[in-house]
Amino acid sequence: MRQREHAFQLVLFFLLVLLALIFLLPFYFITINSVKSFSEIIKTPASLPTTIRFENYRIAIRQVSFFQMLFNSLVITVFSVSLMVLFGSPAAWKLVRVPSKVSTIFFTLYVAAMVIPFQSVMVPLVKVASEAQLLDSRLGLICIYVGFGQSFTVFLYHGFIKTVPYELEESALLDGCSDARLFFSIVFPLLKTITVTIIILQTLWVWNDFLLPSLILYAKDLQTIPLSINRFFGQYKNQWDKALPTLVMGILPIVVFFLSLQRFMIQGIAEGAVKG
Amino acid sequence: MKAEHKLKNINISYWIATLPGFLIFAGVVLLPLIIGFGYSFTTWTGIGKQASFVGFSNYVRVLSNDPKALASLLFTARFTLTVVLLSNIIGFSLALAITALAWGQGPLRVIFFLPNVIGGLILGFIWRFLLINGLPAIGALMHIQAFTTPWLGDAATAFWGTVLVYVWKTAGYLMVIYIAALLSIDQNLFDAAHIDGAKTLSVLLHIKIPLIMPAITVCLFLMLSWAFKLFDVIFSLTGGGPFGSTESFALNIYNEAFLYNNYGYASAKAVLFTVLVAILTLFQVRVTKSREVQS
Repeated sequence: MRQREHAFQLVLFFLLVLLALIFLLPFYFITINSVKSFSEIIKTPASLPTTIRFENYRIAIRQVSFFQMLFNSLVITVFSVSLMVLFGSPAAWKLVRVPSKVSTIFFTLYVAAMVIPFQSVMVPLVKVASEAQLLDSRLGLICIYVGFGQSFTVFLYHGFIKTVPYELEESALLDGCSDARLFFSIVFPLLKTITVTIIILQTLWVWNDFLLPSLILYAKDLQTIPLSINRFFGQYKNQWDKALPTLVMGILPIVVFFLSLQRFMIQGIAEGAVKG
Repeated sequence: MKAEHKLKNINISYWIATLPGFLIFAGVVLLPLIIGFGYSFTTWTGIGKQASFVGFSNYVRVLSNDPKALASLLFTARFTLTVVLLSNIIGFSLALAITALAWGQGPLRVIFFLPNVIGGLILGFIWRFLLINGLPAIGALMHIQAFTTPWLGDAATAFWGTVLVYVWKTAGYLMVIYIAALLSIDQNLFDAAHIDGAKTLSVLLHIKIPLIMPAITVCLFLMLSWAFKLFDVIFSLTGGGPFGSTESFALNIYNEAFLYNNYGYASAKAVLFTVLVAILTLFQVRVTKSREVQS
């Protein structure tokens, strides 16, 4: 019996490892081919490179202004997600703690808005953005992300705050604590787990988003990673020796981010799904 | 008593906490939604151009006289159905296998989840390379006929190409949700079943699946709403081709608006899209509610 269990574990493990290797195949393929010459990519895409051509990367870094686009993506993601948390958490707190008609209206609008597909608002959004001087500006894009992120952020915080006991806040109020201090020194620290979940989910969305920034940012020095890669592919369609290094560099930051925080991320995703 | 009063009132601090976020939200989501609804009754074709009111004729045209829109809707329905099933089956199987494993759970979970953290646009480009150059090379090496055909060049195989990429991306996400659900089952139940001599299959059918029903509902609808709105993977992988055969409805709206500049007509499609998604969501809420009553 013990032996059968052992054999079963071994077979299962090897099957899963084999499957995992197949899952990783795309990354292996683009990485080994990113350092080959064009003719070598076309002739023998499955074999290891005969010589490693790092100049592919040097050319790609210059062509897509890699560090500029990395900087843009970072600025836009960090500010958008921080502001979502800053605007969303106190709002959700008040909506839970102040039961009233106004709170119900706010919350209903947020929940209903989560249904709206982005394609349904994108055309007039560009017009609104142009009237409000938000086009072709990182700040403008951040502003739009905060607006779109608000409903999901409030929704997740709302569900979590309902489970937080009220007594702590009550006693703090009796001590004469102001609303702002009450929130930031007592309530917000209690929301740590859901805040981590929100930061992870919204970061994945903003960092990887293509359609919204493509409608807002035009100038070459404002491009984010997905925008820059798309522009590059438009120019060098199927010129893989130029394109593959940009893909490898494009996925590297978010993969490193994920691998260093994988424990929190996987937990955060599981929690976010149950609440959402 | 006074403290209670202060916290539960709509006062200045209530507005300071709720209003800034709401105003931005109203400006970029609600306002465009209302404007778009207005445009859907016009022939507007761009900023600075005249728009004339045409009543419901845009809507009539989408529903009765736009074969491309209809084809994209059909593609979206077929695609959604296929990936909802495949992704859930694979995600659930992976979760079952990984939770049964005595060692190596962590790294395997990370690997299967990895494609999720990468944006759809980049994934599409990666798989473009794989399907155009990589797979044919493997096929030639291993003499597998199915791999050597140009996957993205033919309508039938291009459909399965997009399905493959999307299932590869999403299965790991669902797996994570299923693993969390499976691990939350009370271990005593398995011990009791074991003592009663229950087989692996009946443990699966009578303990595991019934107890993770909420997670199954979540995963089905999560996939449904993602797949139905799919845009970026298709945009970069096939661009909707060959011959529009993999054009999703979201991509059809995008092309109508930004390729052909028919903003008024695209707005009518967008309104219909919202209605369709809303119907799916209401359906989801009903199913979820009835489940909660049962359990």
